[in-house]
Amino acid sequence: MLSPGTKVHVKLDWPETRGPCHIRTPHYLRGHHGVVVRHLGDYPNPEDLAFGRPAPVLPLYHVRFPLTGLWPDAKGDDTILVELYGSWLEAA
Amino acid sequence: MNILEAPSDKLLAGIRTLLAVKGIATADEVAERIRITDSASPARGAAMVARAWTEPAFRDLMLRDGTAAAESMGVPMRGLPPLGVLENTAETHHLVVCTLCSCYPRAVLGYPPFWFKSAAYRARAVRDPRGLLVDFGTTIPAEMKLEVVDSTADYRWMVLPVRPAGTEGWSAEQLAGLIREGDMIGVTIPKGP
Repeated sequence: MLSPGTKVHVKLDWPETRGPCHIRTPHYLRGHHGVVVRHLGDYPNPEDLAFGRPAPVLPLYHVRFPLTGLWPDAKGDDTILVELYGSWLEAA
Repeated sequence: MNILEAPSDKLLAGIRTLLAVKGIATADEVAERIRITDSASPARGAAMVARAWTEPAFRDLMLRDGTAAAESMGVPMRGLPPLGVLENTAETHHLVVCTLCSCYPRAVLGYPPFWFKSAAYRARAVRDPRGLLVDFGTTIPAEMKLEVVDSTADYRWMVLPVRPAGTEGWSAEQLAGLIREGDMIGVTIPKGP
């Protein structure tokens, strides 16, 4: 379990290049660093549910990213807050 | 025949028949779910916001457990994703988007506005949120923090806006009349009298 304040790295992975898949991790966040804000609960992995496969229950986190870390022309302190499954996060 | 080219009304009838035959959902259950979805509108969310502005205990419940707050006002939430509520303050403004598809808190806001699902809104909300807000006629002061909330997974998010000045002493019913759909998405801000 990742506690609030933990710095994390979103895996730089592109399952869509390997075949049919269903992903809830937006492409613009992959490979970027964020900070865990809160644990939102545990949910069956939608990547499996979408194909009717047995779905392991995964922790879901709210993770905050500075806009300036995502876009070259961003300015200021604005942020993006996103729900991400633990399977996509690595402690940074 | 390619399923993508099949007549959609026949596909729908086929899926409904399969749901019934397999014991997943009866025709009555499907009809009931459609009725519940059709009956939702932004007026429900507005009533929740107005109550949160006038009852601190309800505001606390709404921020802690949006689903429980909605249920306490008679909104059917069973079987739906959890509702999360994001509080705007003098320091922070929230803007909700679903970049992956069109996740929307339909139970409390009804069907999403047409632009919410557009590729332009979804792309620009995360790339140039302040510019997008200007196009909605909303200017966020430079010193105010903007947090874009990308609804990607199991939650649905709505914004609890800041109560406008000049509404002191108003009843919850009067306040609810001020609140528009966009105020609860974060593209606009409720206007006072």
